[in-house]
Amino acid sequence: MIAEIGAFATALTLALCLAQGALGLAASTRDSRMSALVAVSQAGAALSLLGFACLTWLFVVSDFSVAVVAANSHVDKPMVYKIAGTWGNHEGSMLMWCLVSAVFGAILASARGGQDAKLWSRAVGVQGFVTAGAIIYTLFLSNPFARLDPAPMQGSGLNPLLQDPALAAHPPMLYLGYVGLSIPFSLAIAALIEGRADQAWAKALRPWTLAAWTFLTIGIGLGSYWAYYELGWGGWWFWDPVENASFMPWLIAAALVHSAIVTERRGSLAGWTILLAIMGFGLALLGTFLVRSGVLTSVHAFAIDPRRGIAVLVLMFIALGVGFGLYAARAQKLAQPSGFAAVSRESMLVWNNYGLAVAAAVVLIGTLYPLLVEAAGGGLISVGPPFFNMTVVPLMGAVLLLLPLAPLLTWRIGDMRAAFTRLAPAAALAIATLIGALILSQWRVMPAIGLALGAWLIAGGLTYIWVRYRRGEGAGWAKFAALPLAVWSMSAAHIGAGVLTLGAIAETAFRMERAVILSPNESVEFADRRITLLEVGNVEGPNYSAARANFRVEQAGVVRPLSAERRFYPTSDMPTSEVGILPSMTGDLYIALGEAVREQPGAWSVRLYKNPLVQLIFWGMILMSLGGALSLWSLARRRGRNP
Amino acid sequence: MRRRDQRLLMISAAGAVLVLAMTLTFMGLRESIVFFVAPSELAEKAQAGQRVRLGGLVVEGTVRRGEDGAMLFAVTDGAAQVEVRYDGILPDLFREGQGIVAEGSWQPGHAFEAERVLAKHDETYMPREVAEALKQRGEWKGDAPP
Repeated sequence: MIAEIGAFATALTLALCLAQGALGLAASTRDSRMSALVAVSQAGAALSLLGFACLTWLFVVSDFSVAVVAANSHVDKPMVYKIAGTWGNHEGSMLMWCLVSAVFGAILASARGGQDAKLWSRAVGVQGFVTAGAIIYTLFLSNPFARLDPAPMQGSGLNPLLQDPALAAHPPMLYLGYVGLSIPFSLAIAALIEGRADQAWAKALRPWTLAAWTFLTIGIGLGSYWAYYELGWGGWWFWDPVENASFMPWLIAAALVHSAIVTERRGSLAGWTILLAIMGFGLALLGTFLVRSGVLTSVHAFAIDPRRGIAVLVLMFIALGVGFGLYAARAQKLAQPSGFAAVSRESMLVWNNYGLAVAAAVVLIGTLYPLLVEAAGGGLISVGPPFFNMTVVPLMGAVLLLLPLAPLLTWRIGDMRAAFTRLAPAAALAIATLIGALILSQWRVMPAIGLALGAWLIAGGLTYIWVRYRRGEGAGWAKFAALPLAVWSMSAAHIGAGVLTLGAIAETAFRMERAVILSPNESVEFADRRITLLEVGNVEGPNYSAARANFRVEQAGVVRPLSAERRFYPTSDMPTSEVGILPSMTGDLYIALGEAVREQPGAWSVRLYKNPLVQLIFWGMILMSLGGALSLWSLARRRGRNP
Repeated sequence: MRRRDQRLLMISAAGAVLVLAMTLTFMGLRESIVFFVAPSELAEKAQAGQRVRLGGLVVEGTVRRGEDGAMLFAVTDGAAQVEVRYDGILPDLFREGQGIVAEGSWQPGHAFEAERVLAKHDETYMPREVAEALKQRGEWKGDAPP
């Protein structure tokens, strides 16, 4: 019964979304029509929430007569993961896509602010069609409410690797990011239809872009953190096609965040901002396609029904076709006002955008190349990390090198010499880091440059805070408190990029790893530590049993315990590893338990890693997300003051 | 500088960056592509020392640990068997009879030296490359999508 209500609510949402689309695109400025548009979009969001709540309920009560629940849940599963199971599968995650899209559409409709009525109305309309497309796909090609007859007595359980808090939150965050990019897309299409993209338009676009970027950052951060502590490989980023699928929209969203600032503040770059908004959503759809179609061999690809992949591809071509077609027809009409000099904040942001867009294009080529070669009959190939390391890393390096300059230049015409003078201490610190790293690493040039770049970014971010502090009014701490929120948010994001760079470079270049076989009470020397295996015992969890190894880690007279597990989930006949991590600011000691050695009773294979500065990677991502969130808050406050 | 010169400068700099990025991309694609081979094609398709992905089913009863602590096992595509050596912890889902992909290279007279072994995080997983190879050999038992 609940499943039928859910399906019915979702079908009703579809009808309302189509109404929202038609009503919105008609762009009537009559008050009654406008309030009808708001009401329709809100009703659509409420119904889609009802639909999603129904599916969640089916998971909570473990109704195995519903196919999705039977395939992905189990009565013994902890409640949190029953709920997380709602979106831990293809069908449920698509329903979540629809939900987010409908809710965002309703928010867009309800918060018109100072936007032009026709432009706003058309954007809400386009968003209605976007949601409708997602619902059609969900209901007809991956219906989460489909029944199973006869119903099995027990479900087959969630993939145990997904039974993890970080991974439970990972898909919703990514979806908020992906679908968040649909609103800039709708706004861009509306601007093209209207033939105008003014500063008020860019002002409406900015918070959505920021929110999408922030959610993508959090989602990618959770995913990489999960990969770090759950997969037991010691790494955090593998250039897996599906990681790339989320990295490309992230790059474009980062570019869009910056170009929208230029459009809002200076009125220029409107055409480029529109183009980025279209590409960002296109890449978000491509990401969904890559993950859902199973065309790529990857960790995540769970839907192997080719019709689904093709349908996502069709939706993507419709979105991109409409977008680029309109762009080609209308871009000329967009005003091209104020120019700017080669040295100015605008030009720096143009370079940033250019670098990010080229990086996204390179990632796209590397990700799709195997598909193209295979389609052309060139055999099966894969493009691995070396490709991305040699192309994307230097490009991003160049983008980051310019980063501290932009905030110190003024709009229109900047003074490069003054900016350099202010950044002299930061540059000195970067050079000192370079020399120090070269000596300590015994002349490994590339990692040393990377570390220097990280130091440059952090010092550059602090320099900007210092410059604004000196320019402020008041005295002492009051001056800090009086700094605008926007200064903090931008600095947090930029310093976060520097912290992330330091961690990523140090971890990639200086990681140590070693595989050993240990019997109880046997010790091994590793990374200045003496590691002893104490014993391996059995532990019973709620729906798994585990072998837990206890270790003693001795470093400079300090002894600390550490344990690692290997869990086995009988319902899915599958082991997972729970690594032991001893974190510290200088680096993590990371132990993964392998399997019992058959030839040597009592002995276990153990893999040891020393991951220098790896925590900085995640702190960098946290700082960047914090920067995004603060920036959103600052935009909201500004809007509150002068609506 | 006049505005026109400035614009020219910016456009040529942008062009230079693009050319550099494209050169890197094509060099990168040429150097870091890894071909997929089935066990029966290894000797003919991959030169000694060339980095390839070897995909196949782990042969039952062949997984053991060598004297130096490295894992040894054989993979097959039904037509030929290749001995693989891997010094590391096998992925959680590595099992006998299961499809896996080993990335590495071979030298005449030695086992295939794997630097990475992939098995997916899904109980019904079969690497796509392995499935293709098995289909070609007629060894495919099929697991039709639900």
